Formats: sequence, C-alpha cells, structure tokens
Amino acid sequence: MSLLALKDVRMSFGPVEALRGVSFSVAEGEAVALLGDNGAGKSTLMKTITGIYRPTGGAIRFDGQDLKEKDPGEIRRLGIEMIYQDLALAREQDVASNIFLGREPTRRLLGLPIRMIDTARIEAEAETIIRRLGARVPSVRYRVGDLSGGQQQSVAIARALTFSPKLVIMDEPTAALAVREVEHVLDLVRELKRQGIAVILISHRLTDVFAVCDRVIALRQGEVVADEAVAETSMNEVVAHIVGAG
Amino acid sequence: MNFGSMAMRRPAALHSLGNMIRLESLVVLLLLILALSLASPYFLSVSNALNILLATSVIGILGFGATFVIAAAGIDLSVGSILGFGAVTGALAVNALDLPWIIGIAVSLLAGAFCGLVNGLLTTRARVPAFIVTLGMLGVARGAALVLTNGQPVYGLPGPMVWLGQGRPFGVPVPAIIFLGVAAITHFVLSRTRFGKYALVIGDNQNAARATGIHVERHLVALYTLSGFLAGLAGLVSAARVNSGDPTAGTGYELAAITAAILGGTNLFGGRASVVGTLIGALIMGVLQNGLNLLAVSSFYQQMAIGAVLVLAVWLDQLNRGRGRA
Ligand SMILES: Nc1ncnc2c1ncn2[C@@H]1O[C@H](COP(=O)(O)OP(=O)(O)O)[C@@H](O)[C@H]1O
Ligand SMILES: [Mg+2]
Repeated sequence: MSLLALKDVRMSFGPVEALRGVSFSVAEGEAVALLGDNGAGKSTLMKTITGIYRPTGGAIRFDGQDLKEKDPGEIRRLGIEMIYQDLALAREQDVASNIFLGREPTRRLLGLPIRMIDTARIEAEAETIIRRLGARVPSVRYRVGDLSGGQQQSVAIARALTFSPKLVIMDEPTAALAVREVEHVLDLVRELKRQGIAVILISHRLTDVFAVCDRVIALRQGEVVADEAVAETSMNEVVAHIVGAG
Repeated sequence: MNFGSMAMRRPAALHSLGNMIRLESLVVLLLLILALSLASPYFLSVSNALNILLATSVIGILGFGATFVIAAAGIDLSVGSILGFGAVTGALAVNALDLPWIIGIAVSLLAGAFCGLVNGLLTTRARVPAFIVTLGMLGVARGAALVLTNGQPVYGLPGPMVWLGQGRPFGVPVPAIIFLGVAAITHFVLSRTRFGKYALVIGDNQNAARATGIHVERHLVALYTLSGFLAGLAGLVSAARVNSGDPTAGTGYELAAITAAILGGTNLFGGRASVVGTLIGALIMGVLQNGLNLLAVSSFYQQMAIGAVLVLAVWLDQLNRGRGRA
C-alpha cells in the first residue's frame, strides 16, 4: 500500500498553471527522485503536499488521511517533513529554536496554568540531534544567521528529522554544497531508507539520484512525463524526458 | 570559519545581557542620567525618578504593544488615537451611562482591544497593508472619540478609576506600577512563551513560520489586538491622571511609542525585539524630557533632542553590527 498518493493535483497562480493534473505515489521507505527543469513545478508540487499551497484540484492522501483541508502544522504532525529550497530558517533565532520551531516543548511557570518554552530541554535535545547527525555546528545557541550555508542546512535537516517523520521531502538539498557535504546528504538519504522512512529528493545531479533513489519521476511544465524504477531506466532516457525529447 | 571572534565580541557577562537589549541604549541612558545629575541638583532623587516613571508610563505602555507588532514586521500607527478612544469610551460609560467603575475600566480596555482586532482582521483577511489599515484607524478612532464627545472632555471619573492615575501607595504613583507591571508581563511573554517567539519568527521569516505550522494570520490578529488592548489601558491611565476622558488625548503618541521600541533595539523590519529594550528606550525619552525641563530648555529643543538620540542610537547599532558580522 502506498504511503503518499497524489491524484490529478492541479495548482494555478492566477493565469499560471503550475501543476496540470499530477498523479503519483510513494511507498513506505521508498526513495523517489523528482526531476525537472527550472520552473517545471517541483517546488510548487511539494508545497501542495506540505500544505503551504492549497491545490486548486485533485486529491492528496497520506497514511490513510486526506491532506486537502489540513494546514502545514497538522501535516507535519502526520509525519511529513520538508527541507525547503530556501531552508525556511529564522535567522535571528538560535539553532535550538530553529530545530524546534513550531513544536516547542513547554513547561508550566511555577505550577500555574501558564506555559513557557522549555529552553533547557530544547537545547539539550537539539545538542543530541546535532551530535547524532555529526553536524559541525559549534553550539546550539548560535544565531542561525551567523552560520555558513552548509551549517544552516544541517539545522534544516535536523529540524526535519527530530519528530520521527514517515516522509522527508528535500528540495535541492545539494545545490549549494561542497562535495563532502553532498556525500553527507546522500548518506543521510540511505540512512533514512534503511530506517524505513520514505524520501522525495529533488536534485539536478543525476549521478546522485541514481546512486541513492529507487525511482525517478520527471516533471515537465507541470505534468509527469516519466515515472520509472531506477533499475529500469538510464540517465540518458531521463534527460530526454526532462527536456522533452523523449 | 572563525566563531571564536564573534563569541569574544563582548565580555561573557555582558554577552547575555547584550542578547536581550542593545547595550548602546543602556549606555545612552546611563550617560544621560550622569550628565543630567551633574547639570541639575534636582535631577538625581527618588521623587524625581518617580516623576520620570509617571511621565513615561503612558508612552511606555504603548511602546510595549509596538514592540510586539514590530517584532512581527508589522506597524501600528493607530495607538495614539485608540488611546483617545479608550479614554473617552470609559469615561462615557461611567458618566453618560452611569455604569459602575469596573465596567468603565472594562469598556476602555475592550474598546482598545476591539480597535486592534479590526486592525488585525483588515491586515490579514482583507490584505490591506498594516501601514494603511492603522493609518485609517488613526483617523477613524480619533474621529469617533471626537464625535462621541462633541469634541469636549468628559469630566469626572469615579474614585477607583481616578486612583489608577493619581493613587500613590507607599508614595509610588499607580501609573508607574502599571507601567513596570506591564513591562514585566510583556517581557515574559515575548522572551519565554510561544506567543512571543512566534511573533519574532513571523517578523524574521514569514515563510519559515508558515512552513513550521505557525498560524501566521491568526497570530498577527492577536498581536494587533494586544497592541490595541494596551492602547486602551494607556487611555484608561491617561484619563485617570487628569480625571477626564479627553478625545484629543494621545495625539502623536504612536510615533513616540515606535521611537521607544526602536531606541531600545527592536528591529523596525522585524525578527529582533526586546521589551526591556523598549523600557530603556522609553526611559531615555522620559529622562531627556525631564532633565531638559529641569534645565528650563524649551520643549521645541526637547523634540529635536529626542529625534537626534534616536538616529544616534540606531547609528551606533549599525556600527557595532558592521564590526561583529563582517
Ligand atoms: N508563488 C508563486 N506565484 C506565482 N507563480 C509561481 C509561484 N511559485 C511558482 N510559480 C510559478 O510556477 C511555476 C513552477 O515553479 P516552481 O515550482 O518553483 O518550479 P521548480 O521548483 O520546478 O523550479 C513557474 O512558472 C513559477 O514561475
Ligand atoms: Mg524549485
């Protein structure tokens, strides 16, 4: 049974039809690559899944639930996390705050019914996660705006992995990274797969995609033009689909 | 990457304080106090300090509301008018309608919160920019206050309401107590609760707020409502101080409130804000005004001085940032 299933998903920005009836599904623990030229609609498609955009048509089901009327917070709680292309971090907040953003544990103030953020717990848990991920972040108290691009990405990744997701979506996570950091992201995808967590990876680097994904989906002008198992296709074939020569 | 240099930018003890407020603001305040103590023999005394707190209380209360709204990259230009509207409606409730004093207090607060709610709903639902919505409310709330009273102050409030402005338990003016009490509560809310953190995150990166499940629109409505509520409270206090609801009360205070917040280190573009900073910012203005009064300097010069201090404080901050984040 599939974990995520999209059926005829449509999305328009005014007159611009970014998605023209997209259907595909992702199984539990499966790693799927989503490919396509700039402007093909990849980011828009992922944002309809995470609830940032409400699709203008079609249906999205995840783990037996209809996502259509759910907001981004509810969808996260169902187990979908996304690492956004722009990372979606609050630069003025520290590392720990960013990792727990939107899901801060709280405690009572002096036993009163007043809830305050449990900063000590957030920092301790953020420390553990950062160390487990082997991320090179000097301290969880650092302001995120002061970190390097790679470090900021580690924070975004840590946030996506903290709440035991069932599906992790990564939107071009390797676009701005050095070679060693790219390896790190690919290892991470393998590790997620091993733990039975499904992944949707958006990337322009076909070698990476073929190295870690089970299936490739190609999107062109808001439509799925290919959906094939990695074992049954080749890079040349996929490129042909992306540019529309296939 | 050289993280060491950033951590060493300030001595450790000052570092955590510096995270909370802009140290430049505190330095400016202390220098002002020092200079005025030397310039006037009447400046440095407990009774004068209480005078300053009393005189600063209304602007300060508005400033705390402004801090939350600006934290979220919003702006509220209507608080001065809402103050007047709150003052008038509370006074009318106990005079024209003969309602008990407790209702009068509630009416002032709710009138303010209602205006703020309207601001919030219009900015988020109708998607009119906050600058325009609150500029509109500046006109509407002031006009309503004038219409309701025919432009005349509503004299005479019941004792308990007057006490809020004129009472002096243990010699401390009640408005000063309210001012510091609101400071303590709003400081806690901004720095320790989700409500405060989400305000900052919305101002920092609205997409990040949305993506992590924060209800951005709902939160903004709450923030404008809070700002309106505090303006209603400020209206209540200022009416109590003069024992009348004056429809022109609070004219121009919106700029003073914003100035207090910015002087205190709150970033006009959102994401960074501190209630303690705003407290210091409001005190800088209050101290300056009080000191220049003692020195018999014309109030025209006082306005110039406050404007100059504002630009100076923000400039010092820019210099410091330039060094620290190069
Ligand atoms: N917020 C938006 N408003 C209007 N048009 C948008 C918006 N986001 C994306 N688009 C348009 O939708 C199409 C798909 O964009 P996008 O999903 O970002 O593509 P990709 O991620 O594949 O590069 C493009 O034509 C883009 O201009
Ligand atoms: Mg994209």
